[in-house]
Amino acid sequence: MSETLHAVSVEVNGRPRSARVPARLSLVDWLREDLFLTGTHVGCEHGICGACSVMLDGQPVRACLMYVVQAHGHRVTTVEGLAKPDGSMSVLQDSFCETHGLQCGYCTPGMLIATQALLNSNPDPTEAQIRDAIGGNLCRCTGYQQIVEAVQLAAERMAKEAK
Amino acid sequence: MLATHGESAKLLAGGQSLVPMMAMRLVRPGWLVDINEIAVLKFVAVEKDVARTGACTRQCVVERDEALAARVPLLRQALKWVGHIQTRNRGTVGGSLAHADPCAELPLVAQVLGARMLLRSAKGARTLEAEKFFSGPMATSARPDECLEEIHWPAWSWRRTGSAFTEISVRHGDFAMVSAAAQVAIDGDGRCVRAAFGVGGAGGTPLAFPKIAARLVGTRLDDAAVSDAAHAAAAETQPGSDLHASAEYRRHLAGVLAARALREARERARSL
Amino acid sequence: MRAMTSFRYIGAKRRAKEHPRFVSGRGRFVADIALPGMKHVALVASPHASARIVSIKIEKALAAPGVLYVLTGEEFCANTDSLAIGVDAPKVTRFALAKDVVRYAGEWVAAVVADSRALAEDAAERIEVEYEPLPHVIDPEAALKADAPLVHPAHGSNLLYHRTFVWGPVEEAFANAEHKIAFRAVWGRSATVPIETFGVAAQWDAGTGILDIWASIQMPKFPDQVARALRFPGNAVRVHHDVDVGGSYGVKRGLKHAVLVGYLTKTLGVPVRFIEDRLENLRGGDMQGPDRFFDMQLAFDTDGAIRAMKIRAVDDVGAYAGRSPFQLGKPVTAICGPYAIGAIEYEPTSVMTNKTPQEAVRGFGQSPTNFAIERAIDRVARHLGMDSIEVRKRNFIRKDQFPYTIPSGSTYDSGDYHAVLDKTLAAIDYGSLVRARDEVRRSGRLAGIGIASCLEPSGGNSAFEVLMNPKNENTTWMDSCLVRVDLSGAITGVINNSSAGQGHESLVSTVLGEILERDPETIRVVRADSLTALPSNSPVGSRMAIMLGGAAAGAAKTIKETLTAIAAHNFECSPEDLEYHDGSVNVKGASSKKFSWDQLVEIAHRKFHKLPPGLEPGLQAKFVWEVPTGGALPTPEGRIQIYPCYAFEAHVVLVEIDPDTGKPMIRRYVCGHDCGVMINPDIVHGMTYGGIAHGIGAALYEKFAYTEDGQLASGTFMDYLIPSAMEVPALAIVDHCTPSPLTTFGQKGSGEAGYLGAPAAIANAVNDALDPLGASIDALPISHLAIWSAIGARKGAAST
Ligand SMILES: Cc1cc2nc3c(=O)[nH]c(=O)nc-3n(C[C@H](O)[C@H](O)[C@H](O)COP(=O)(O)OP(=O)(O)OC[C@H]3O[C@@H](n4cnc5c(N)ncnc54)[C@H](O)[C@@H]3O)c2cc1C
Ligand code: FES
Ligand code: FES
Repeated sequence: MSETLHAVSVEVNGRPRSARVPARLSLVDWLREDLFLTGTHVGCEHGICGACSVMLDGQPVRACLMYVVQAHGHRVTTVEGLAKPDGSMSVLQDSFCETHGLQCGYCTPGMLIATQALLNSNPDPTEAQIRDAIGGNLCRCTGYQQIVEAVQLAAERMAKEAK
Repeated sequence: MLATHGESAKLLAGGQSLVPMMAMRLVRPGWLVDINEIAVLKFVAVEKDVARTGACTRQCVVERDEALAARVPLLRQALKWVGHIQTRNRGTVGGSLAHADPCAELPLVAQVLGARMLLRSAKGARTLEAEKFFSGPMATSARPDECLEEIHWPAWSWRRTGSAFTEISVRHGDFAMVSAAAQVAIDGDGRCVRAAFGVGGAGGTPLAFPKIAARLVGTRLDDAAVSDAAHAAAAETQPGSDLHASAEYRRHLAGVLAARALREARERARSL
Repeated sequence: MRAMTSFRYIGAKRRAKEHPRFVSGRGRFVADIALPGMKHVALVASPHASARIVSIKIEKALAAPGVLYVLTGEEFCANTDSLAIGVDAPKVTRFALAKDVVRYAGEWVAAVVADSRALAEDAAERIEVEYEPLPHVIDPEAALKADAPLVHPAHGSNLLYHRTFVWGPVEEAFANAEHKIAFRAVWGRSATVPIETFGVAAQWDAGTGILDIWASIQMPKFPDQVARALRFPGNAVRVHHDVDVGGSYGVKRGLKHAVLVGYLTKTLGVPVRFIEDRLENLRGGDMQGPDRFFDMQLAFDTDGAIRAMKIRAVDDVGAYAGRSPFQLGKPVTAICGPYAIGAIEYEPTSVMTNKTPQEAVRGFGQSPTNFAIERAIDRVARHLGMDSIEVRKRNFIRKDQFPYTIPSGSTYDSGDYHAVLDKTLAAIDYGSLVRARDEVRRSGRLAGIGIASCLEPSGGNSAFEVLMNPKNENTTWMDSCLVRVDLSGAITGVINNSSAGQGHESLVSTVLGEILERDPETIRVVRADSLTALPSNSPVGSRMAIMLGGAAAGAAKTIKETLTAIAAHNFECSPEDLEYHDGSVNVKGASSKKFSWDQLVEIAHRKFHKLPPGLEPGLQAKFVWEVPTGGALPTPEGRIQIYPCYAFEAHVVLVEIDPDTGKPMIRRYVCGHDCGVMINPDIVHGMTYGGIAHGIGAALYEKFAYTEDGQLASGTFMDYLIPSAMEVPALAIVDHCTPSPLTTFGQKGSGEAGYLGAPAAIANAVNDALDPLGASIDALPISHLAIWSAIGARKGAAST
């Protein structure tokens, strides 16, 4: 009894990817196990922790609650796709380093995805908006304080760069 | 598909409830029918007395729709409490209604406004009132071969219509322990011309209290009238107990939150 | 070692070395380790809290697609040995898979190995286990009764450990004191619950006879213990420490997981990986934390002076022992908190029930104890009608009393508790905080201010083992560092453990840079595997800044001495005539007469003819450091010195409560913190913020709740409620520095900071809010429901 495979093509971090996958393969497992994009993490597989966050067509979603077949024809961005085109850290990534917005790094990719999505739609968020944007991403290390600071710093720096 | 496979097939909408249950192996459908790419299930149409949403319209789309927010403001007010940005980006309106969690926000809105569900199967279509649609905890009267296609949300035409949604959950974004929704319309003198309200999490389905609400019509919705209505409603609830809330606590919250929602709705109406 | 006064790199803002790999998605966690041909494990868990296993049918599972093997307890227990037990309870054996009986719901009964995790899960569902349910016991007090069902009948009772320590004239103090109070404080079963579950991958190489292990661990003596259970010599197990650990804060011990996977790879000859899913982690991962109640009695005078305290602590470790009973031992070392209380009675009791076993949690039992003590202080204040700040200050050990030996024999190194508390109150503007609280109260809502002041014993050895089990004579608890300077002059520090976000690479590079006066940015830090490593006891008990920092400094000093010796030999002078500066060595008073770093390195590596006789060529140094001040066995009365350093923290918090719903909201939070010299302030602050958030969880949200039939009711993240950014408010930290006289730079530990006082502070705030109603709550977590019930009970009482 082998599982039926379905053809999918998904744009992952700007690169078209095609594969034949079983219907029950989750997006996060595909990214991690087949594409070796292990930056996206798994913390619960039931939708609560946010460690698996990726962007789907630019919007943050939980990759543990999606099947690869559902991503067919869509764009997926993972933490590996956040760097600047030259491969250096994005302003947000650099700001996380600067404010010590991470410790063990396990929730970090999800936090980066959630907050990058926030900054894309709201370049000057309030503290409350930042907390709301990461309200579905659990972190056990930081108490969120330095994550909030990282996003504030990134917003400031991006505003300066835009000038 | 549903006609062929009956009970063993499940529709997959946003997957924000179904996939976790499958991951925990609590549900094991033989077939999954993905309805995410079906364009006709994804739309928002605001008409004169009704706003229609396709069942597979994402919660985030409904939340952001200005025209909808102007005519059926309860939807946006309620969605603010539904999960998180990430879950609303995938979760659908129809999925939430079909999932029928008694603590969920959208089913409560449907119940309070008397939304109508358009169900379709290979055999044809039918419409069910919310009241008939929700049949118990995580249960609806939709048959296994039926797909929820559209939801019709009544829009009130009084100029001075105000609505409000409130809830208590342990953490932000969790399902509510108890929630409450209210909508009232008042005339130029501030007299109530129509009122509707209900509570979630205080019974097997979200509850609306049309008879009690009718008693508010003609009043000025002063605090005493609101409080009486809320307590009368709470007295009618038959909540269950769980880890986070006892039945008694839930019933108490139902009264407190219903009163809050009614007062807030009244203030909004008065401000118009 | 003496505290230095000014530093070049220590204490300065410095980005953590670890961050770039994590923010770019290049961390290497255990789930990222894919070995060629690797197989995956799924488990069958017991649905019963207590049952006899009648039969296990595995045929259908074996026939399922992709399945390689099904292992049951029968085979596993016959071929491996029990995990270490710790306390003196040899019959309380513990294996990864149950044999004959299951002792808690979630206990592993069988393991399936298959091509993928999904296939293994499919097959696991086809295993049929027949159980005969047996009586179970969930409540620790019931478990202590004579007729209680026995979790381990062979042990003869459910009592694992009990002793009454009396330090000082307790009864006399109680007889003479002007006031006495007694109450019970209850600490709910919660844990650290890292976002990464536990995982382990292992590969047996029959050619070399080595078992390679990659695991998400923070466990002292992990390789030794795995080897012992597998009946291997120690040198047949190689644990790779270059695995990033996705959070631990105590719980990532994973011995049973590693022994299971080790056995499977040895048996099957293929690499095997097991990554817990969240349900397995919460139910069967054996990582729940202390579950404890305290019967507290205090004797004190009208002026607020506390004369004596009696603490009876009953802790429910669940179904197996491991190291968890020792979590009653650490608090011995700070049993009177920051207070000069002359007489203490401490009666720790460790009980087994049919719950998931307990594991070490941040603070190793200290946070629950601090909570009980701090509730007691507030209750004393309330009893006397005094301000709780006054009671604290009245009893604080004074700055001029250090080093200060407490009744249980532990000596506190240094501190200035009055100054830190004052600083904290000033930072939050205590006067205006009180006005804010009263303002809220006037508006009809409830509000309370909570204060907690407590200690973090740090850097210790593990001598609570011998304190609680004389047969377990463990007083050694070293850590080590190897420093190498290569031919290019670049410096590499080698450490001997994995890390879970504590920034050890940043710590060691900063310390090496400080001593050698080289830029930490250029210093690399790598991790030896367990076969090449120097001895280490892993990052437990807030020890790494002290112990790893101390070891790194020691090794760097040896390098410095070597360089100076090389220069002295070539200048034909005495080392005393030379000075070391930025890596080069010059003659004192003649800065141009010098050997540069590069020249000295070149001599060390290549110019034997210029090397002083007797000096090893190459340039490397190791340093193994033993815990300062420790090492002695306990006295017959159980007095003991375990931890050299004591950090202090003072929390001040404002909590508002909606009286109609019972919902608590934290409005203000300031924590004053003195952990001596901070090597990297951002890292210390980060751990403290995280500790506070974790403490907020323990205080208000998190609980492993059990139903009466012994089922875990909080087995998912929908019910085990970790606070999010919406529950944790903006936090502020105020630093103070009282250097430790015992450590290299004056540093103290800080890995448990925040968590040690937050639950107490929040509980005190909630109680201050309830005080006008005459209500109180002494059981954590304080749920919305509990608050509402307390309010309701009082309102009801008032209206009748
Ligand atoms: C972390 C988290 C927090 C959440 N918090 C909340 C919350 O606070 N409040 C809340 O209300 N919800 C919450 N949810 C659930 C979320 O709102 C879901 O989106 C919703 O319950 C289900 O919608 P869905 O589109 O994802 O449906 P799915 O999960 O795809 O489906 C749910 C069920 O509905 C059926 N179904 C779906 N569409 C149809 C249709 N058109 N016709 C017939 N049957 C259909 C499916 O077969 C399935 O049985 C949360 C989810 C997560 C992961
Ligand atoms: S792994 Fe997807 S939300 Fe936790
Ligand atoms: S940095 Fe460790 S969980 Fe967030």
